[in-house]
Amino acid sequence: MDNHVVLTMRGISMTFPGVKALDNVDFTLRKGEIHALMGENGAGKSTLIKCLTGINAFETGEIHVEGIEGPVVNHSTLDAQKKGISTVYQEVNLCPNLSVAENLFIGREPKTKLGTIDWKTMVKKSEAIMADLDMNIDVTQNLEEYSLALQQMIAIARAVDMECKVLILDEPTSSLDDNEVEKLFRLMNQLKAKGVGIVFVTHFLEQVYAVCDRITVLRNGQLVGEYPIDALPRVKLVAAMMGKDFDDLASIKSDESPVFSDEDLLIDAKGLSHKGTIKPFDLEIHKGEVVGLTGLLGSGRSELARVIYGADRNQTGTLKVNGKEAKINAPIDAMNLGMGLLPDDRKAEGIIGDLSVRENIILALQAKRGMFRLLPMKEQIELADKYIDMLQIKTASRETLIRQLSGGNQQKVILGRWLATDPDFLILDEPTRGIDIGTKTEIQKLVLKLAKEGKSIIFISSEIEEMLRTCTKMAVLRDGAKVGEITESLTQETVMKAIAGGGTNE
Amino acid sequence: MKGKKINSNTLLLLITIGLFVVMYAVGCVIYSSKGFTHLQTFLNILINNAGLLCIACGMTCVMLTGGIDISVGSLVAMDCMFLAVGMEQWGLNAGLLCVLVLLIGLVFGLVQGFCVGYLEIQPFIVTMAGMFFARGMTAVICTDQVSISQNAFFVGLANMKFEIPFGAYTNSKGVLQVPFVRLPVIIALVVLVLVFLMLRYTKFGRSLYAVGGNEQSATMMGLNVKLTKLKAYMLSSFLCSVGGICFCMNTMSGSVRQALGLEMDAIASAVIGGTLLTGGVGNVIGSFFGVLINGTISTLVKTNGKLLSSWSSIAVAALLCFFIVLQSVFAKMKDSKK
Repeated sequence: MDNHVVLTMRGISMTFPGVKALDNVDFTLRKGEIHALMGENGAGKSTLIKCLTGINAFETGEIHVEGIEGPVVNHSTLDAQKKGISTVYQEVNLCPNLSVAENLFIGREPKTKLGTIDWKTMVKKSEAIMADLDMNIDVTQNLEEYSLALQQMIAIARAVDMECKVLILDEPTSSLDDNEVEKLFRLMNQLKAKGVGIVFVTHFLEQVYAVCDRITVLRNGQLVGEYPIDALPRVKLVAAMMGKDFDDLASIKSDESPVFSDEDLLIDAKGLSHKGTIKPFDLEIHKGEVVGLTGLLGSGRSELARVIYGADRNQTGTLKVNGKEAKINAPIDAMNLGMGLLPDDRKAEGIIGDLSVRENIILALQAKRGMFRLLPMKEQIELADKYIDMLQIKTASRETLIRQLSGGNQQKVILGRWLATDPDFLILDEPTRGIDIGTKTEIQKLVLKLAKEGKSIIFISSEIEEMLRTCTKMAVLRDGAKVGEITESLTQETVMKAIAGGGTNE
Repeated sequence: MKGKKINSNTLLLLITIGLFVVMYAVGCVIYSSKGFTHLQTFLNILINNAGLLCIACGMTCVMLTGGIDISVGSLVAMDCMFLAVGMEQWGLNAGLLCVLVLLIGLVFGLVQGFCVGYLEIQPFIVTMAGMFFARGMTAVICTDQVSISQNAFFVGLANMKFEIPFGAYTNSKGVLQVPFVRLPVIIALVVLVLVFLMLRYTKFGRSLYAVGGNEQSATMMGLNVKLTKLKAYMLSSFLCSVGGICFCMNTMSGSVRQALGLEMDAIASAVIGGTLLTGGVGNVIGSFFGVLINGTISTLVKTNGKLLSSWSSIAVAALLCFFIVLQSVFAKMKDSKK
């Protein structure tokens, strides 16, 4: 092994039932480098980390750690820690009810001659550790008294003090504000100077370019490649993550976009936000307009839609619907204003598996009417048949349980559910994910048809081509904020550039 | 943030202590003619609640891990019955019986702790099973009420008086009354001090807090969460048996219906003393004052003489509400500070 390499993973594979989560993945970490592990959700980042720290068992492959003879297999986090591999997770894994000093030393407390805990030494040592990292805080206070960022750094301090060679930071910044991120980066650079190899898992592109030396990209459980940071500008990184070779992309000319007047304005959002998920954004949607939300997974696409719909409570700004200010505190308010949301996770948020197709279709309409005004059975049957027919839902009968249907057909049932409420405004979050190409085209056609009828639609999809075909306007999101809108020259190229964002690396 | 050393948990403890002082002072003022001001009144509270204090110490440890132990009342009944029948009917040595009772406590706790820690069953369910089992076993040992009067050694222990060198007074008949405590009080106070030191200065003690604070984190930090829980329940049942012996020295009898609802008194004392049901926060000093408050309320009701004894339950209920609301208010304040 190379002298400067602290960790090598070779040919790691593992399968979850039915899915190849990792397929022959290599990863190399050198001493004193910050190495970003990038990929969209489901690309295998977390699985790779879990294989390393012993939470998941991998099937094939080898892991080598500097200073340890032979391949290393960890069976638990503790096991990994003993071999110098420490992990700091997104959620701080410390005890909020104990003091900072205790959190640093629990499990390995300094003892007095009597075998009791030596509080004095513990506090003194803790102060030294924190001072070493330029943090002058009262270590006798409970952890919960400090901000999340500080807690995060205390977790890192604990990991580092346990003499780790490899420090894994798994999405450590997702709940931190800009200032706190800055502090964390300073700490990371200090550790780097001390020769610790840091694996930085994040989906914030800006942050990668701010601190990292090297990037490894995964996609669908496979290794895309390892690149020095200079060799991989943003746009190329995005292309690598999304699986599109940027140079080969054929530019598709968009149709001439229709012109909307202010009178047709249906949704007028100004400065809406939800703490921790989406920063304040403005968004205008006209009648008959299809607006696409684009960005990498986790960039805040669904979160933006959730705020408008009231699934996450809006905390700032104003929302006007049809020119009137609207207070949306819960989805039912949005429904009463004629909105509908097709959630992206249809298993968890959409279908109710043990109800029939008919019952699933009338669900939203029934909810809107209220519990005590039961929809007459005759009407229910009519509605169900209408949408089964209109959306060409392939089902044995309207009374078939929805869980027996294929994914695409389930999706259509849910779409039918919202169409039954006769909405003016529909939010479709990944309506085409996991369904076959034929059905995809049908859904796209349906979206266009609905728009022609004057309904407004927010369309969220990971497939840019699909959005180019349906949307008249695209809002671009990055790192939990809306960063721009594209209305003219909607091409794959402009959209991908916008997703990747500006900056020095372009 | 600097200079503000008192966090909300310390504040809760101070409120508990303050409440006890106020309550006792009010008693002294209202019932001074009935002898409430004498030191012996306070000592009697200790004597009557020595068993409860031991049990509350164990309960606090279990509650710190986020668990609960509702088997303690029945276990006390079983211990008392075992002691009474053992001495009166089987004619066994009292010292041997006490050792056996403590062993029973350890085994009882081992089984409960194993179920909670290693089989990961809900503590409430496990200890409820323990509660029914112990109450049932009490009846299996004997269904009658058995009084302890024959065993000279045990009667001697129970009647031992430890006189306090101050606070003596002469009563209306001209007899000098020297304040005293009995053996259970000494035992209970030793238990209290030991548990306090254990919680503060041993790895096991701190592990109890860590487990209650965040179980997943405790695992990640390399603590043996399962073993910690097992030990907590063993400790609780053991201290419960110690408390059972103290209890028996007060009642000098065994009965199936003894110590009914004692587990709830122990939980109430711990909660009033600032222990959170969710775990991770609490201290035996708080529980000590919780026990004292409990005892003071019933003494006040008894001294009054006219009130139904049920009024003490109602007072405890009100206090519990007060403290739980207070705790959640503090928790809210803490959240909003962030």
